[in-house]
Amino acid sequence: MRPFVATQPERTTMSILVDKNTKVVFQGITGESGSLHAKACLAYGTQIVAGVTPGRGGQTFEGKVPVFNTVEEAVKQTGAEVSCIFVPPVGAADAICEAAAAGVRLVVCITDGVPVIDMVRVRQYLSGTKTKLIGPNCPGVITPGDGENSHGGCKIGIMPGHIHRKGKIGVLSKSGTLTYEAVGQLTALGIGQSSCIGIGGDPVGGLDFVDCLELFNNDPETEGLILIGEIGGNAEQRAAAWIKANMKKPVCAFIAGRTAPPGKRMGHAGAIIAGGKGTAAEKIAAFEAAGVKVAPSPAEMGTTLKSLL
Amino acid sequence: MKIHEYQAKQLFRRYGVATPEGESTTSVADVPAIAKRLIDSTGNAVVIVKAQIHAGGRGKGGGVKVAKGGPDDARALAEKILGMQLITKQTGPAGQKVRRLYIEQGLDIDREIYFAMLVDREERKVAVIASRAGGVDIEEVAEKEPEKVLTVHIDPLLGLAGFQIRKLAYFLGLADKKETFASFSKLATSLYDCFTKEDCSMVEVNPLVVTKQGTVVALDGKVTFDDNAEFRHKAQYAELRDADEEDPIELEAKKVGLSYVSLDGNIGCLVNGAGLAMATMDIIKHYGGEPANFLDVGGGASQEQVTQAFRMILSDKDVKGIFVNIFGGIMRCDIIAHGVIAASKELGLKVPLVVRLEGTNVAEGRKLLDESGLKIQSASSMGDGAQKIVAAIKSNAPLRGDAA
Repeated sequence: MRPFVATQPERTTMSILVDKNTKVVFQGITGESGSLHAKACLAYGTQIVAGVTPGRGGQTFEGKVPVFNTVEEAVKQTGAEVSCIFVPPVGAADAICEAAAAGVRLVVCITDGVPVIDMVRVRQYLSGTKTKLIGPNCPGVITPGDGENSHGGCKIGIMPGHIHRKGKIGVLSKSGTLTYEAVGQLTALGIGQSSCIGIGGDPVGGLDFVDCLELFNNDPETEGLILIGEIGGNAEQRAAAWIKANMKKPVCAFIAGRTAPPGKRMGHAGAIIAGGKGTAAEKIAAFEAAGVKVAPSPAEMGTTLKSLL
Repeated sequence: MKIHEYQAKQLFRRYGVATPEGESTTSVADVPAIAKRLIDSTGNAVVIVKAQIHAGGRGKGGGVKVAKGGPDDARALAEKILGMQLITKQTGPAGQKVRRLYIEQGLDIDREIYFAMLVDREERKVAVIASRAGGVDIEEVAEKEPEKVLTVHIDPLLGLAGFQIRKLAYFLGLADKKETFASFSKLATSLYDCFTKEDCSMVEVNPLVVTKQGTVVALDGKVTFDDNAEFRHKAQYAELRDADEEDPIELEAKKVGLSYVSLDGNIGCLVNGAGLAMATMDIIKHYGGEPANFLDVGGGASQEQVTQAFRMILSDKDVKGIFVNIFGGIMRCDIIAHGVIAASKELGLKVPLVVRLEGTNVAEGRKLLDESGLKIQSASSMGDGAQKIVAAIKSNAPLRGDAA
């Protein structure tokens, strides 16, 4: 099979991944959760220019967003460059590949419960394209705006927009609600956010900590970072090594699951201590060895970050 | 989801992976007849009696015995194993009751090999892990003598390639005899086919054996399925699931779409989101308490699911206090409040309850709780809530709203 190669040039001038001008297509826009979150994103100010639901082509969502049968058509007609996926697990992997084949530069897959073997195939397919993937099983990505309740930015996902505030701190996390917790703490301390990315908690996904650290490190809008990891795998250890070698900005970390028992899947498919590996203690030690300040409790992510500024 | 060895081998055979002949039973009375059939059919007078539990390390724990004295000997061994509380390094100190046996033909074994397939998270590919050191703890070998372990990553669009099978065969010393190589090649290809088509997250054959006749056979089989893929194999997962091997509360939670893990502490937790749920356990411990469970009600739980979740916490006799920690994104705080109130009124709330609500519809949620007449202590933050519930349990002091 000859891999598809996207022809769209990579953008270099944006803050990180998305901004208020980013044109977004929602795959699964007429479904229950797709429509709910598309409405919330529209209200936030996200430029949703198209929706895709096979069989619903020609309809209009919320009286203003045209719905297409295919992503290819949506991209051709509207110039959408980023896709957000709310397709159920059975079709999520295919939806990611469809978006990549249509040439979008970034896919944000919210869907929880995608089989891991599907994601293994998706990753291999994406390696022949220029499309980046966030997720699956993630809250998405947000760049807060400067309006009331941070409106006017770009929210692509399921996070509550109003808790954010535009600012200079990045948040990078495997978890959804724990990201909101960190954002809530920052906003309460009067510290705004540049971009917040939830990469998801599945064993095989798209952008990992290191990919995103690189983006934040090069982002002139970002002056510091909260990184939230959890038990399972070794993405946190690789992040720690990368930070030690490359990171120019202060980083505060928190690792969830210090009290998790071994061998049990803690909600996220990837959050499992397997064969004694992937414990919180290992990850915390790796961050501390890399000079990263680790928050002593999840209630102190904001204050720990503040102490570094 | 894990399955038993006898089930894994049925699956293997369906894909053409060579296994010894065998039959499973839950009754000692069946054993002599099974042993006789195996001896007659294979011409080998030896049969193996194997305990069927999900945990590994069965041999060392006394759950696998070799019967050399024919059907009566097999029966005598079966009597010892069936019903025993088998303790292995994976079962924990309580052990696991043996409810089923697998009776298998003996083989003339030349040597043992380690062979496994799993999803390598770092490489994002299925990996084959192989070693000449079979029948041992592979993690120990990998750590102490890494040169004895070969890892091969499979391109998902290509499948397990011929050159990779040859590389494995040379490494494992299976390339000398033509029939041995052919036997290994078929087994490896079939096992990968099984792995991908059945949505496995791990398949471990420890040991894979080379018989004196030069064929390659899966002497053991451990299979773990990817829970995310259940929708593709609903009937099969239901058939293969052994509820006796799973925690009853966790199973019940799964049925209603909740993610629950039992722990040893006494503070029940109800949280939305897996990361926040883990962090809630952590912060309870941080302030000197012990969490009783991990419970993620998920992003879009209904009031009924929340009620059921709270019911599960309340029915845990060890729970001496409850901490509800919600940061509503998709999850609406009013739905949580309705669920908490419904379950508390139904079962009676006899322990301290601390509720922290934040996010979507937080005002409605707090109002509902305030007006419910229940003894609820509200928390302004996650840290505040954790400290309050730990303090409430330690002092056992009456809380705000207590009639006293």
